[in-house]
Order: sequence, then C-alpha cells, then structure tokens
Amino acid sequence: MIELAGLTKRYGEKVAVDRLTFTVRPGIVTGFLGPNGAGKSTTMRMLLGLDHPTAGDVRIDGLHYDQLKDPMTYIGALLDAKAMHGGRSAFNHLLCLAQSNGIPRARVHEVLDTVGLTAVAGKKAKGFSLGMGQRLGIAGALLGDPQILMFDEPVNGLDPEGIHWIRNLMKGLAAQGRTVFVSSHLMSEMALTADHLVVIGQGRLLADTSMADFIRANSRSYVRLRSPQQERLRDVLHEAGITVVEAGNGTLEVDGVGADRLGELAAGAGLVLHELSPQQASLEEAFMQLTAESVEYHAHSDPASSPPGAGPGAPSGGVSGPAPGWGEQWNQQQARKNEGA
Amino acid sequence: MAATQVLRSEWTKIRSVSSTVWTLGLAVVVSIGLGILISWLASNDFDNLGAKDRMGFDATAISFAGMGLGQLAMIVFGVLVVANEYSTGMIRTSLSAVPQRGTFLFCKIAVATLLALVVGLITAFIAFFAGQSVMGEHKASIGDAGVLRAVIGAGLYMTLIAVFSMGVAAMLRSPMLSLGILMPFFFLISNILGNVSATEKIGQFLPDQAGLKIMEVVSPVDDDTPYGPWGGFGIMALWVVAALIGGYVLLKKRDA
Ligand SMILES: Nc1ncnc2c1ncn2[C@@H]1O[C@H](COP(=O)(O)OP(=O)(O)OP(=O)(O)O)[C@@H](O)[C@H]1O
Ligand SMILES: [Mg+2]
Repeated sequence: MIELAGLTKRYGEKVAVDRLTFTVRPGIVTGFLGPNGAGKSTTMRMLLGLDHPTAGDVRIDGLHYDQLKDPMTYIGALLDAKAMHGGRSAFNHLLCLAQSNGIPRARVHEVLDTVGLTAVAGKKAKGFSLGMGQRLGIAGALLGDPQILMFDEPVNGLDPEGIHWIRNLMKGLAAQGRTVFVSSHLMSEMALTADHLVVIGQGRLLADTSMADFIRANSRSYVRLRSPQQERLRDVLHEAGITVVEAGNGTLEVDGVGADRLGELAAGAGLVLHELSPQQASLEEAFMQLTAESVEYHAHSDPASSPPGAGPGAPSGGVSGPAPGWGEQWNQQQARKNEGA
Repeated sequence: MAATQVLRSEWTKIRSVSSTVWTLGLAVVVSIGLGILISWLASNDFDNLGAKDRMGFDATAISFAGMGLGQLAMIVFGVLVVANEYSTGMIRTSLSAVPQRGTFLFCKIAVATLLALVVGLITAFIAFFAGQSVMGEHKASIGDAGVLRAVIGAGLYMTLIAVFSMGVAAMLRSPMLSLGILMPFFFLISNILGNVSATEKIGQFLPDQAGLKIMEVVSPVDDDTPYGPWGGFGIMALWVVAALIGGYVLLKKRDA
C-alpha cells in the first residue's frame, strides 16, 4: 500500500507535483496517467526518497522509504532502465543490488530466468538492446520479491512482444495480491492493464477512479447526422423530444437515441440525410479532454488539435470524432476544486 | 541497513568494472616505472651536484618521484568510483537500494579506500626497492632512520589522494568536471604555488604539498617548512576530511 498525502514538489518557481493525495491499493494494477511533464516521474522519485518533497508526505506500508529495512524486499521499482553502469555485467549489476539488501545470490539467477536474460547474464549491460535493458531493470525490481511494484513507463520503446510480456507480468503480479503502480501517458495502454486509474495533469490530481467507472463515464456512444436541411432536421428532432448538439462542420450529434429511430424520423419528415452514423468516442479522447487544460507542451503545428478548454470537439481525423464537451464533467469538477482552493 | 551488506555490495560494484583495473594498474606501473627511471638518472647525476644538493640528496624520496604522475591515475580512480554513479544514472538505483545516504557513501568510500591503500602500499614498497636497486652506492636502506616511515607514508599519500578525489567527486558529481579541476590542480597549480617563493607560505598547506612531506627522509638543507612528516600528513588528512564532509552534506541535501 502506498499513501500520498498532500505531496508537493517545487523546482524553483515551477510546481511539478501539486498537493497529490491518493492511495495505491494491493491486488490490482493502478495506472498513473498523465501527459508529458505532468509530474509522474517526480512523484515516483519522491516515493523512493530520491527527491525530497517540498511539502506533504508519502508512505509505504505506513513508513517513509528510508525507514524500510532492506527496502527492495518491500518495494521494487523500475524508474529508468538506463539507470545502471553499462560496464557491469547483468549478473553483477543484480548481485550488487541483492547484496545491499541481504538477498541471496540464488535469487539473482531466479530473476534473470524470469525475465529471460540468463543467456546474457555475463554480458555488459551497455551492449543490451532497449528491451533487454528494460528486462534487466524489471529483474532488479523483482529481486527482493516485494509486495509492491512500481514501473515508470515500462513499455516505452518496446516492440509488441515486449509490451505484451510486460502487460502480462503486471497483471500476474497483481493477481498474486501485490500492489502494482505503473505510469503511462497512453490511455489505450492503461485500458488494457489497469484496474484503477489515477490521472494527473500539471502536478494536480484530475481523477482517481476505477477503470470500469472511467470507461462507463467516458465511453459514451452517440449518433452523428449531416443533412442539407439541417434547420428542419433539428426542429423535427426537437419536436420528438430529442436533444441535439451542434458539433461544427454542419454535423449534429445525438446522445442516447438509436440511428434507426433517427433515420425513421428524418424519413417521416421527408428530409435528406448525408450521414447517419453511430459513433464511439475512444478512451484516448476522453483522456485528452480530461487533461486538455493541463497539457504543458502543446504541439502548435497541428491546427486540428483541440484547443484547451474542450469546446465543441474538433475531430482529430480518426474513425471516431470526440463528442462535444467530452470529459467536461472532470474539467468542471476541477474548475470547482480550483476555485475552492 | 546493515553496513556489512552495503560493504559487500560496494565491493562487488568496484571489482566488476574495468575502470578499477586500468586506473589502479596505471598508477602502479607509472609510479614504479617512472620512479626507477628517475632514480637511475638522479644517481648518475650525483657527481654533478653541488655540495648543498649532495647533502640534501634523498634516495628514498627520489624513488617515489614517479608518484607525481602516478597520483593522477589515483585521482581518476577516486573520481570514477564516485562520479560514475552519477554519469551512468546508477545513483538512483543505488539510493533506492540503500536510502541511508551516509551509509551508502561511506561504505563506498571505505571499500575504495581499502583497495587504494593496498595498491598504494604495494606500489610504495616496489617503487622503493626497485628505485634503490638502480642507485648503486647512493641507495638508502629500509632499515635507515625514517625510511620505513617514508615508504609507508608514500603508500598512505597515494591513498589519501584517491580519497580526496572521492570527496570532491561526491560534491561535483560530474566525472569530467571533477577531473578537469583535480588533474591540473595536482599536476600544475599546486606545484607552482608550493614552489614559487611568493606563494610558498600558502602553497605548502595544500593537500599534496603537505602530504609529500611524509616521503622525505633527508630534509632540504635550508628547509623552513613549519611541519614535520606526520604534521604534513595531518594537514593532508584534514583536507580529505573536509572534502568528505562536503560530499556527504551535499549528497544528503540534494535530490538524487
Ligand atoms: N530536477 C528537476 N529540475 C527542474 N524541473 C524538473 C526537474 N525534474 C522535473 N522537473 C519538471 O517537473 C515537471 C514534471 O516532470 P516529470 O518528469 O515528473 O513528468 P512526467 O509526468 O514523468 O513526464 P513524462 O511523461 O514526460 O515522463 C516537468 O515540467 C519537468 O520539467
Ligand atoms: Mg516521466
């Protein structure tokens, strides 16, 4: 169990982590989601006592990190796979870590086997590919057979097979009752692995919710309509008691009514339809809307990207367009919180 | 965190990187090789010396002349042991494994110091006997007054040079910055400050200038150094302690 209470980190004027309070529970994979620069890595470094918090507190099983005796047996972490001396062999890298925490040498062989690096155990780490380095880092995290595992963007740069392996590893660890805390900036990745979600943006907590709730709240489906007789179509639908939202580019969007009924209504009124299509907004879009206001580094080159503040969504060119006001609840909630603060 | 665990871990770290072997190997080879060469040249030159210089002829100290260059390899050893943790990013992994930063730093330095001491003493004894063996009638004997102290002192000097470098590297973190400051300082600046009469008064209190006193058996004729062999060594040791405290305080305070 990891508990954060008002955890804050300032670098000079910049607030990297802003009063984060949440708990990471055992037995599930908790996804820690946020755009680049949101403060995920900084939070994880504070958790390991590497960075000193400016304010607030973070505890592991009720203790500060430096109060843990042989900390690797409580919590194993992979922050940066490159955080090792490239001139040292994989075996010796793990051996020196094991010795510092009183972990028997035999365990080094075990974890090398688990991550599939036995054959290259004697090779220098600097010759390793990205994926091998990542596996070695994970071997280090598993070394103390800890009840808590923490990974910072573990699938970054991995090939599909590597991603698949890590996904299953994390799920397996959680299924054994362990606490798994994993960061990512990809919602789609989290949707496949995480049971619980903690979303941050610019250091602030934006959401702390179960994956199921997040999907339920955000994977709304809707129907998109286009008609040369838009005004009339809108009136017809209105008379039928259906709420219509104008989504720009001459399209209308309707929530909670099937495409068949909408088609019949249009036909009944003799209206021409150019489009009548059921849509499903992706979780990625929900995430983008949620964090839109807090994204620090916008790519200004893309004129189609949503402006901060999530107005009527501009389609991002994918199969499905975002619904207007997507994730608006979260933004509003956040705005209220900020006003209160 | 049991210190014995951390000591064992740091020993694994130090023996499993090649920089340990080449830096220490270079220190041994350069100190001994250059020492033999200079000993041979000096003893051949003896007859050309003036009376004053003949009286000040220190066969023991001359056989350690190679350490002037060999100590640079010791500096590289000391710097890399500590600063490689930072340049490779290993420091975060290390401090996650051993969050007690004082324990981490001092176990690391203890292991490296012990290794430097063994290598330093071996170097000093070989440099002494090899150097004397080419000095013919001018040679000193290990049984002469002050000679054993000077030989052991030379080994201790090499050790403290390495430890001082570890302290500086712990403060500066970057291997390049540490080497860029320490190498010219010990190879040039300190020599100049210690030997130019205008700056001598201050220069003789610099770590290496003070520490070198312990290798001396015969004092120069008009020697006015305000400290003896162990006094000089004590001054050097104070510098080392200061560097270590600086390194510890900064490590404790800074984000890793
Ligand atoms: N040592 C530091 N000094 C100054 N600013 C820092 C430092 N470390 C992080 N920051 C700043 O703090 C903010 C949070 O950074 P952090 O690396 O924690 O983000 P992140 O969520 O891990 O991002 P990413 O997805 O890119 O890894 C960033 O704006 C970053 O520039
Ligand atoms: Mg990061």
